[in-house]
Amino acid sequence: MTDAQPPKSTSPFGSEAAIARLKDRHAAERRFKLYGQLAIGIALSALFVLAYSIISNAAPAFTKHEIVFHLTLDAETVAPNGVEDTQATASNISGFYSLIQDDLRETFPEAATERQLRRELYALVTRLAVLDIARETAETPALIGTTKRFTAPLSDDLDLYLKGGITARRTLTVGQAGRLSVLESGLYSLSDSGPDGFPEFKAKIETDTAADSSVLIRLQDAWFRLEAHSGAMLTLTHLAGALPQLGEQQSAEISALVLFVAQANRAVSDRQIAWAILLQEKGRIRRKQNFDLLTKADSTYPELAGAAAAIVGSIFTMLITAFFAIPVGILAAVYLEEFAPKNRLTNMIEVNINNLAAVPSIIFGLLGAAVFLNFFGMPRSVPLVGGLVLGLLVLPTVIIASRAALKSVPPSIRTAALGLGASKTQAVFHHTLPLAAPGIMTGAIIAMARALGETAPLLLIGMVAFVNEVPTGPDQESTALPVLIYKWFSGAERAWEPMTSAVIVILLVFLILMNLVAVLVRRRFERRW
Amino acid sequence: MLQAFGHLPFEWILFAVLAVAGFIAFYAGRMALAAAPVTGGEMGRLHSQPNYHGFFVVMCTIIPAALVFLGYWLIGDNFVRDQLAGELPARIVEGGQLQLSQYIDRLSDYATRRETILTGDALFDAASNRFAQLTGQVRLMTVFLALVVAGGGFHFGRRRINREFRARTFVERGINFLLFLCAAIAIFTTIGVVLSLVFETIRFFTIEGGPTVTGFLFGTDWNAQTGANFGMLPLFFGTLMIAMLAMCVAAPIGLFSAIYLSEYASPRVRTWVKPLLELLAGIPTVVYGFFAATIIAPLVRSGAQWVNALPLVPDNFLAAQPTSALAAGLVMGVMIVPFVSSLSDDVINAVPQTLRDGALAMGATKSETIKQIVMPAALPGVIAALLLAVSRAIGETMIVVMAAGGRALITPDPTSDLTTVTYQIVALLTGDTEFDSAKTISAFALGFVLFGVTLVFNLIALRVVQKYREKYD
Repeated sequence: MTDAQPPKSTSPFGSEAAIARLKDRHAAERRFKLYGQLAIGIALSALFVLAYSIISNAAPAFTKHEIVFHLTLDAETVAPNGVEDTQATASNISGFYSLIQDDLRETFPEAATERQLRRELYALVTRLAVLDIARETAETPALIGTTKRFTAPLSDDLDLYLKGGITARRTLTVGQAGRLSVLESGLYSLSDSGPDGFPEFKAKIETDTAADSSVLIRLQDAWFRLEAHSGAMLTLTHLAGALPQLGEQQSAEISALVLFVAQANRAVSDRQIAWAILLQEKGRIRRKQNFDLLTKADSTYPELAGAAAAIVGSIFTMLITAFFAIPVGILAAVYLEEFAPKNRLTNMIEVNINNLAAVPSIIFGLLGAAVFLNFFGMPRSVPLVGGLVLGLLVLPTVIIASRAALKSVPPSIRTAALGLGASKTQAVFHHTLPLAAPGIMTGAIIAMARALGETAPLLLIGMVAFVNEVPTGPDQESTALPVLIYKWFSGAERAWEPMTSAVIVILLVFLILMNLVAVLVRRRFERRW
Repeated sequence: MLQAFGHLPFEWILFAVLAVAGFIAFYAGRMALAAAPVTGGEMGRLHSQPNYHGFFVVMCTIIPAALVFLGYWLIGDNFVRDQLAGELPARIVEGGQLQLSQYIDRLSDYATRRETILTGDALFDAASNRFAQLTGQVRLMTVFLALVVAGGGFHFGRRRINREFRARTFVERGINFLLFLCAAIAIFTTIGVVLSLVFETIRFFTIEGGPTVTGFLFGTDWNAQTGANFGMLPLFFGTLMIAMLAMCVAAPIGLFSAIYLSEYASPRVRTWVKPLLELLAGIPTVVYGFFAATIIAPLVRSGAQWVNALPLVPDNFLAAQPTSALAAGLVMGVMIVPFVSSLSDDVINAVPQTLRDGALAMGATKSETIKQIVMPAALPGVIAALLLAVSRAIGETMIVVMAAGGRALITPDPTSDLTTVTYQIVALLTGDTEFDSAKTISAFALGFVLFGVTLVFNLIALRVVQKYREKYD
């Protein structure tokens, strides 16, 4: 027997156990690295999900549907106080709205008979939607007496329906029509042109739809609702559109529209949907870019509301903030960085500034409410107060950024200036500060971007007030973009949701622009010493 | 004429007066220098450039006038009010202090809007007219006084100018003082915050219907909107719960991202990923709130309903509310990630490379180096970063206002709609606020507690960061 024992290795990896241990250690290494990648992956995917959901949510709000009307502006209805009284004409909402009501009634005579139906029909256009028409007429009195084409926004819920919201839907082919006859109860019955009685359609209805889904039936220009389908007959209620001749239908095609959400659970009725479809086919409802979002002020009706007042309010607020925080912040930074003697007081100021930068923003709102509103008695809801509060809020940020910029200017610049006989003030203001300016500007812009997105302090000083006019100065009641987001978010109607997302997109565009400017300033002017 | 003066936008007049006076003073100073006789040695060389002489006279002119205007701004309005209150008939004055001040508020409002239409109430019309008249008188006096002191200062300044006068020194002293004032605004802000919170909090505990201090801090019933139950324990519980949920998301993700970015990532990856992560910090909180409420909260709810429907889980085990602490906490966590990651990134980068090299040379793998050498060295800084993040989570408002609830509960169930301190502050102070009900002022007491708690977190964290920086510098 020879000595079969392996030679004793001096390597630490000589034994099986050691190699296994090394394997474990390498596995741990890979795991650890993976955790890091996972963490970054989660954070970045959160960013993309956020961006995607907001943009896809906002997309419907960038277009909207409107109804075309040809209205004859007869003087009696439109200007009962006479053509000269333009103010009365401009606010004569009921007069103009009655024109719209008449027009709708003429288009859909089937709704004229019952009060309830008329009300449903009139709901296609909000009462206040005629305000623009009234104003236009008041401005050019020559229009009175003529017939002119006007447009009015479609009610928000129908608008949402036409954009694919409110309810899931599907179109089905039913078959070919046989006889249409009216029953004693006022319902209609429709038979198949063949003997079978729409077997495929019935099977689909049985399997696919819930008991409370609406099934709308289209026969030529008319819409019906399917009430029952017993035997070879469909029992129908007439909803909208001109009834076809009773009797034989010469195998006309029948189609069906299934709305999966029950009528009771949605804000638009089957009838309104049928009317909207008919109007769309006539070319009287059309979809167009929603510029109202940028040009109109707030309203209680989503289809009439826009963000213009909030945009202007935000601009005023930012102006006040910038005029306050940027000069004060820069000067404070210059003092702390260049002039301040090292003593207790300046040390306290420094701790203070660092701490203020971390104080919750809502505390600044409380400060604004207690000091500016209560103590100084300044008005509520105005950009002046909002701008000052936000100015105090971002002041530490401006100071910290400016100090960093001043610090990065090499001391040789200062010593050179001093050596040539400049005073300390001259050295700072003529040499250090201009060289630090790009860094300071970048910091200031980023601070402004932060102020633009700040909401909570503005809520506490009353900038949530309902403002339906674009403010003309920083001492006018107004609101701001982030506050508008909060307000519309709290609105009950479904249509507010895409509108809110759209305002978020507007706000983000502003923020991205500001950050881009900051990056450009840095790229263009930054000097490395 | 006096009434008309009471209507004008006075701030603009003040500004115009100061600007014109400043202009005149500047050129007068320069002219005074030009006219000064050439005296003294060194062939009459100027000590300071002519502009400094101009600015010196400007300082002498404007500062006293500005002080007069400041005085008007502080006491002028109150002076008019007191004067008017003395002249008003007894039946209005007897109505009590609050009613009187509201009446004068209306007068002032009416007078400044310069309504030409009379209200029909003879007393009100006369009083508002008198208000405008008094305001006009006080303003006229202010402008007069300001002009007098400005003239005095102007005269004084111009007299001092000659070719050897060290104007620059004086001007620079002025500039220095201005700079100091700007820096001190930060202190004034803190003082303002503390004073306003303290005063209102004291009022809250002394007002009728207000609670005791212990009742407020340790009471378990919160019902400020309607009743008078001011026990903030449930609010504090909700705040901490949501902050904890947020930290459960933010701490691991933020820390691991920071470690990966500073230790593993190639420079290319770093230059792309870091700004993207920081983008998360630039998104306004109201956007996060919207995201939490419309996307995450429904998901959390259906998840909770799914759990409830599982076998062996008792009925209604989870509350599954439409808005929930969990939704708010998760999204808040995402918001705080860049905060944690960039702060800890700085800290990790500050650990000297020699420590790493030593560990690697001993045969440690990279992850072992990080776990056993770098992280222990960076620990104080990382803890400070986490503390700052917690303080941020506690003070965050919009996410909880939009995605958490308003019900003051103490329950460990994260799918119920817990409320927070910040939520209640917003709920209490939004809308029409009267500063004299326990309901409104309780918001300030809540704010005081919030300020105190975040201050402690911030101070500890800042102190740790400072100490830590010194250690490796």
